[in-house]
Amino acid sequence: MNKKWLSIPYALWSLIFSIIPIIIITIYSFCKRSPYGKIIYEFTLDNYKQFLEPIYLNVLWRSILLAAISTTACLVIGYPMAMIISKTSIKKRNVLIMLFVVPLWTNFLLRTYAWMVLLRDQGAINQFLIYLGIIKEPLQLLYNPGAVVMGMVYNFLPFMVLPIYSVLSKMDNSLVEAAQDLGATSGEVFRKVIFPLSMPGVVSGLIMVFMPAVSTFVISDLLGGGQTVLLGNLIQNQFLVARNWQFGSAISMIMMVLILIAIRISSKYQDEEGGGLW
Amino acid sequence: MVRKLFKRGYATLVYLFLYLPIFFLILYSFNDSKYRGKWNGFTLRWYEELLKDRAIMEALYNTFMIALLAAIISTIVGTISAIAIHKMSSKWKVVFMNVTYIPVMNPDIVIGISLLALFVSLNMRLGFVTLLLAHITFNIPYVILAVLPKLKQLNPYLEEAALDLGATPMYAFFKVILPEIMPGVITGALLAFTLSLDDFMVSFFTTGSGVNTLSIRVYSMTKVGVSPKINALSTVLFLGVLVLLILLQKREKNLNE
Amino acid sequence: MNERVVGLKKIAVILVLCMAMVLFSGCGQGKVNEKGYYDTLNVYNWGDYIDPVVLEEFEEEYGIKVNYDTFANNEEMLAKIQQGGNDYDVIFPSEYMIETMIKEDLLQELDYKNLSNFKNIGEQFKNLPYDPQNKYSVPYFWGSMGIIYNTKKVDEKVDSWDILWNEKYKGNIFMLDSVRDTVGITLKKLGYSLNTKNIDELEKAKEELIKQKPLVKAYEVDNYKSMMIAGEGAMALTWSGDAMLLIDENKDLAYTIPKEGTNLWFDTMAVPVTSKHKKEAELFIDYMMRPEVAAKCAGYVKYATANVKALEYLPKEEVENELAYPKGNIFEKGEVFIDLADFTTEYDRIWTEIKSH
Repeated sequence: MNKKWLSIPYALWSLIFSIIPIIIITIYSFCKRSPYGKIIYEFTLDNYKQFLEPIYLNVLWRSILLAAISTTACLVIGYPMAMIISKTSIKKRNVLIMLFVVPLWTNFLLRTYAWMVLLRDQGAINQFLIYLGIIKEPLQLLYNPGAVVMGMVYNFLPFMVLPIYSVLSKMDNSLVEAAQDLGATSGEVFRKVIFPLSMPGVVSGLIMVFMPAVSTFVISDLLGGGQTVLLGNLIQNQFLVARNWQFGSAISMIMMVLILIAIRISSKYQDEEGGGLW
Repeated sequence: MVRKLFKRGYATLVYLFLYLPIFFLILYSFNDSKYRGKWNGFTLRWYEELLKDRAIMEALYNTFMIALLAAIISTIVGTISAIAIHKMSSKWKVVFMNVTYIPVMNPDIVIGISLLALFVSLNMRLGFVTLLLAHITFNIPYVILAVLPKLKQLNPYLEEAALDLGATPMYAFFKVILPEIMPGVITGALLAFTLSLDDFMVSFFTTGSGVNTLSIRVYSMTKVGVSPKINALSTVLFLGVLVLLILLQKREKNLNE
Repeated sequence: MNERVVGLKKIAVILVLCMAMVLFSGCGQGKVNEKGYYDTLNVYNWGDYIDPVVLEEFEEEYGIKVNYDTFANNEEMLAKIQQGGNDYDVIFPSEYMIETMIKEDLLQELDYKNLSNFKNIGEQFKNLPYDPQNKYSVPYFWGSMGIIYNTKKVDEKVDSWDILWNEKYKGNIFMLDSVRDTVGITLKKLGYSLNTKNIDELEKAKEELIKQKPLVKAYEVDNYKSMMIAGEGAMALTWSGDAMLLIDENKDLAYTIPKEGTNLWFDTMAVPVTSKHKKEAELFIDYMMRPEVAAKCAGYVKYATANVKALEYLPKEEVENELAYPKGNIFEKGEVFIDLADFTTEYDRIWTEIKSH
């Protein structure tokens, strides 16, 4: 039976809500700006040239750096966690995985805000350390890049653990056993068998964490105290405060291209349809 | 033995990290002070005031309504599209999969601003409808990605057999195919619901006057001081989710027995 | 399997019901009520800038439901109005923003037939340069900027902006996450006009702020309040009304207006072009100018009201507090912001540079 027509609603939907919006901001990114922020439909490269100024390149560099640090931290923390979970009994597994998903059902902003309360000078962590006598004066935990990285790791860790877990739990155990039978040490088994086989999950995880981390503005806004400006803050500022949609669009385009490149590089580890994503 | 202990310790630490802020969020919902940091004694007044706060209640209603509707609509559209994509020639499949990946691989902020640009250039009034459209847009791909693997596992002769036996295509779909791919559909629906519920970025850019979701309310409150009422609300939500999950687990157990 | 199909049908029925519900509840709004008013009003104001009771009483009196949204700075509000797609009826811009919005045709002219309470507004707040005949706006609150500091942590005399650059208070200083304000007081510190369009002066201010950055705890607009109350941080750049509110909560705090001069500001009420219900918007503005309503708001947010009749309803010590209600010619105390037109982008650029340094 011919079922092609079934794809028509989705094709239309994607055209209107995914493709056309991106075309619109592509056009904006090449437009001029009137003194009061109105869009003038005349071709210019100024918006992209503006991005090449040292301030903005600096923001770009810092965003990539912070996102890379957070992504690495998520991998280092998340991989062992996924392994531990995948080794437990099926019954326990479901509970442990659910425990990773439940925080996602409380609100993202609330979770980030909760960290603000924990990290401030009179927050629980500082008070606890003072109570233990480890420190006398409260530590400056909030409002620095470290706090931003922590917020990213906290919010995005499940996106690293879940895909890796799903690959690990489906992994054929006989391969591991075969390697062991052939005399491989547990370190070798991990390096040569388990890790390479879990690559699709790792790659999905890396993308799922890096992408929101490089584009966030809320975490840097709340936990960075306005001192850490990331690409997301820049875009948000251009659209909602500075009224320079053209420049904001140009930054978005640059960010999109960047992410596409990152995905291209990593896609050789993915299945053709990226089934390892979830 | 040491290894096992180490593993257990590690897992505990990670879960502690995940739940510590939530614990304090809940704790402060019982704190008798508007300002955080200091513990001023136990109270339930924030729960009382929560019920009276119309703005929060409206935001809550919008959040759930949008998550529910977006999840339902995107599950239906997504499942149908997944079936269509599954049957396509590989050339078209590549085209459709690439399109499907646009909202998945695009940062939320870009989805948000590009949809804002679309709605504004169409002269649409920003509000409930635009929020819903935006949420459906970023939900559909996840449903497709959840359903496709199940379709791949499906025995291709199953449907033919049903049709040969005289079932109408509709009947074959509902009686034969759908039950087989149901786990994927449910995963997709749950995923869509969760993503909608937790979304801030896209909603932030696509909402208009007077229509707020919980995330947007909380964000504007972080600029003027978050009321402990919000803590009370998150406690209720958190416990609600927990109870729901426990019930589901129990039911599964019963079914298995 | 049959059961599953039945389950599906149930889901389908629920779905249809849900959709119908949403559609109908959508229809519930947007009608004219029995008092002849359109039944919803969208108000867009600064965070924490009104007594919520006042809104409830307005709703009760006129049967109009108020949707109340907030913004964190003038620029954010302007962006929303200019972008369109929403229908805000009443907004609360500051004076320089009124100027910008008039130039951009974003405001509707007010009809004074509907604003009988305008007589309650003090004469010195009427017909100011930003809106010479009050064609588009009526004053709401006014005030100054200054430094709020914790007397337990700061023992020296605070009378100059220089103290915000004092190494002693490293990591204990809050600045406002608001371009014009933070850059403005830096220009004042350097002895320039806070409306400067001289790029060299602006660059000097930028260098000053970059020098100051290691000392700053956060660029912020509101969380610093609860932190100052809790005794965290030594000092913060703040607006007069917030300062009064904080001092009420923590007696160790004090407020001062530095000798180099400050910014004198006026926040107003206006009807943007996005409003389709000007009559109800004016009804709301007129209601806000009733002396007892204005007094309630002033008592709640602690800013100085421009409504002289309202002063009679306020506690004497509040009205006589010179930090909140400076005496004499207020225009000698500070400079009022004016619209910078296309020079705004320069301010925006240096602000990004400072924050991302």
